[in-house]
Amino acid sequence: MKKLSYDLVIIGGGPAGLSAALEAKNNGIEKILICERGSHLGGILEQCIHNGFGLQYFKEELTGPEYAERFISKVRETDIDIKLDTMVIDILDDKKVVAVNGTDGLFEIDTKAVILAMGCRERTREALTIPGDRPSGVMSAGTAQRYVNVEGFMPGKEVVILGSGDIGLIMARRLTLEGANVKGVLEIMPYSTGLIRNKVQCLDDFNIPLLLNHTVTIVHGKERLEGITIAEVDKHLKAIQGTEQYIKCDTLLLSVGLVPENELSKKIGIEFDPVTKGAMVNEKRRTNVPWVFACGNVLHVHDLVDNVTAEGEIAGKAVADYINNKLKAREKRITVSHDNNIGYVVPQAIEFNDVDEKNVKLYMRVRQPDNNVRLVVKDDKGKVIGDFKKEIVAPGSMIMLTIPTKLILCNINAINVSIMK
Amino acid sequence: MKTDILIIGGGVIGATIAHQLSKYNLEITLVEKESDICMGSSKANSSMIHDGYNVDSHKLKGKLVLEANPYFEQLCSDLYVQYTKNIGSIVVGFEDEDMKVMKEQLENGNKNGIKGLRIIGRDELLELEPYINPKVKFGLLNLNTGIINPFELTVALAENAVINGVKVLLETEVQDIIVKDKKVEAVKTSKGLIQAKVVINAAGLYADKIASMVENIDFEIKPRKGQYFLYDKKWGYLVKHVIYSAPSKVSKGMIILPTTEGNILGGSNAQVIDDKEDLATTYEGFEEIYKHTISHIFPELPRMGDVITSFSGLRAAATSEDFIIEYAKTVEGFINVAGIQSPGLSSSPAIASMVEDLVRGLNYNLNFDQKTNYRKDRPKPVILRDLPYEERSQLIKENPDYGVIICRCETVSKGEIIDAIHRPIPATNMDAIKRRTRAGMGRCQGGFCGPRVLDILKQELNILPLKVTKKGKGSYILDSYSKGLTFPKGGENHEKIKL
Repeated sequence: MKKLSYDLVIIGGGPAGLSAALEAKNNGIEKILICERGSHLGGILEQCIHNGFGLQYFKEELTGPEYAERFISKVRETDIDIKLDTMVIDILDDKKVVAVNGTDGLFEIDTKAVILAMGCRERTREALTIPGDRPSGVMSAGTAQRYVNVEGFMPGKEVVILGSGDIGLIMARRLTLEGANVKGVLEIMPYSTGLIRNKVQCLDDFNIPLLLNHTVTIVHGKERLEGITIAEVDKHLKAIQGTEQYIKCDTLLLSVGLVPENELSKKIGIEFDPVTKGAMVNEKRRTNVPWVFACGNVLHVHDLVDNVTAEGEIAGKAVADYINNKLKAREKRITVSHDNNIGYVVPQAIEFNDVDEKNVKLYMRVRQPDNNVRLVVKDDKGKVIGDFKKEIVAPGSMIMLTIPTKLILCNINAINVSIMK
Repeated sequence: MKTDILIIGGGVIGATIAHQLSKYNLEITLVEKESDICMGSSKANSSMIHDGYNVDSHKLKGKLVLEANPYFEQLCSDLYVQYTKNIGSIVVGFEDEDMKVMKEQLENGNKNGIKGLRIIGRDELLELEPYINPKVKFGLLNLNTGIINPFELTVALAENAVINGVKVLLETEVQDIIVKDKKVEAVKTSKGLIQAKVVINAAGLYADKIASMVENIDFEIKPRKGQYFLYDKKWGYLVKHVIYSAPSKVSKGMIILPTTEGNILGGSNAQVIDDKEDLATTYEGFEEIYKHTISHIFPELPRMGDVITSFSGLRAAATSEDFIIEYAKTVEGFINVAGIQSPGLSSSPAIASMVEDLVRGLNYNLNFDQKTNYRKDRPKPVILRDLPYEERSQLIKENPDYGVIICRCETVSKGEIIDAIHRPIPATNMDAIKRRTRAGMGRCQGGFCGPRVLDILKQELNILPLKVTKKGKGSYILDSYSKGLTFPKGGENHEKIKL
């Protein structure tokens, strides 16, 4: 088995891995390797040919491939090594990574640190255990996106989309533009779970109906999908008898949520957040395993790629400091908790006494939509260290709160984020 | 076309019979109406090898399962099939009254000559199954119960038959059977007429339909549907043995067990239905298997989220509730192998021997000389994820496609998928690839690898992408080319056009 040696191995060459690699390079890390299981850098952006990327980061509107290209070309200008079509199959406790591809075969990499940037996967029909037949024509929205945008095929003509996640909304518009009849988008919750702008630009502008409080209760079709039975749901998300209706369609796309791809990370004893399904990290995106960092959708599913890039940069800078022995631990670990309508907060802890950073950024999502609320950050003595007004909060959009580092440096043990009216 | 023996049906029974008879200098043809073998009851069942401790040995199915059990170890080793022989089973009792059933089963097992059966107390049970509902009171332990991958076994048997000269015709549906002078003469299929001296009806759910093509019959196959949940491998640690719930009024013979690949399988209810194509799962079925069995016995297993697939299987039960393995009553040269429900998979080697005896008993002057070049194995499939790193490295050196991972969840390489397409029984659609290689069988259910497997199928079969199916006729994956790629009329020649 071939053996290689690097200072830093980044698993995943999507937006998180690319920005982390660049930032680590800019901070003096010499030997960096990106392992990417796909045939291209850029990850899922390759198939996201719609616009709307980069408004925050570049202050201009780009398509997914354009956004990715800005980072790919920068990476290509450096001496960062890239291995494509390369699957990491193991991470070992003694700072080794095992990977495989067709040219190197199976190989082992000695490293000083690892950044997890594997992204996420789509939840499937089975994650909801939708009963019925098992015909072709039922697929995840992302798979359909790949077929249409990369491979050049249409999955069907008469389409229903289950779930108002962003990929579902984007695909409703995309398939309509390609000539399919998108009959509607069903959402089991009483609100759309994607970005508001996507609902407006992808459904409203194309007169595609969004049926809230609805789900698919039966899939019909022995060979190819022939139709679905849909029903309204009650507040416990159970189908209400008598509301069932049959919808003829040949394609059902599922956009029912994303799950971080953390199977690899589980092999080295990383602690996970049960809500995000990603690692528990501190503000440097370091996990409980000191040489392993995580960023992007493998850590928590982001709404905008701009936020993924920002997180990759945090991890890239931190990993460089770690390798250069410049990460100073605080004496105390400050835990970050949350309550009522806050679903999660990343980071889950603040640990480093870093004078370079003026602020600590807290990223979070709410469980339920709400209007005119205040997000209040308190320390464990009850002192308010941040109070932010928000007109609208929705599960589909991440919220970022900036807390001055000096307020956290005081002698506190914990901070808590809550929502107040 | 002419053949000595025509086997109708490519399930585990048809495949085992083909495997058994392929030892001899006979011309054998197997016809299967689906796009692959193992498409009916054989692919959706509890994937267990029973030793027969709880069967009625006076019934044919009881006699055969007891006879068959000792053969599996050698068979699976010859054919490179994963078989966990002694995983063991425990019937678990939560009520005092369950003891009565267990004692009956224990006694029955002893009578059937099964060794080592015993009733165990709560403490021992909790030691053997640390994650079981602690309300459990006692159990009946049987260390002779095994688990197997039923499609791997069926494919292996059929592949072995093929390399020993059996012709397997897929997508070949029997339309009629021609009988002349009270003797079978030929079988009319969707691919043409096949003359045969002996016809063996191993048509599973349709065995009654096939049998009635030659004579009036006195049995009927009444499908009994059972639903299953298959859990993510991350729960694999939870269940150590095959766990039966004690038969009660609410549930009968429900089970939870580990699979040979490390998933957890839970099921199955029993619903008598009319439609033999009705493989739909139902909400009520899910609730039944989850509430009464899965959550009751292993409370940690979730209802949703980590169920990576759910499916139904149909038990091909005859009205007599026993196997029917006999000559047609009024027509010569026709053998029924019908009503093969549980424990059909576990009885299959003995069923095949019995069928061999029936074929010999016809005294048709068939050539039963052993083939001189008979092979008892099959080409060994390369499964990289099971191999030590050094061995994998070596294989990738020889064939770089083994280093290109297509299915991330199950770590399946491009080389393994290409192999599956070119094996003795070729995998020609997405589900066939899945059953052989596990590509698409993991937690993302083909979300990532689907388009890539489709691409490999198109390439290797030299067909248009639009012709690739999920599971044969009608189940196409793609509808058309997108507008971005517009072609002149006849644009189906996708590959030939330079953009």
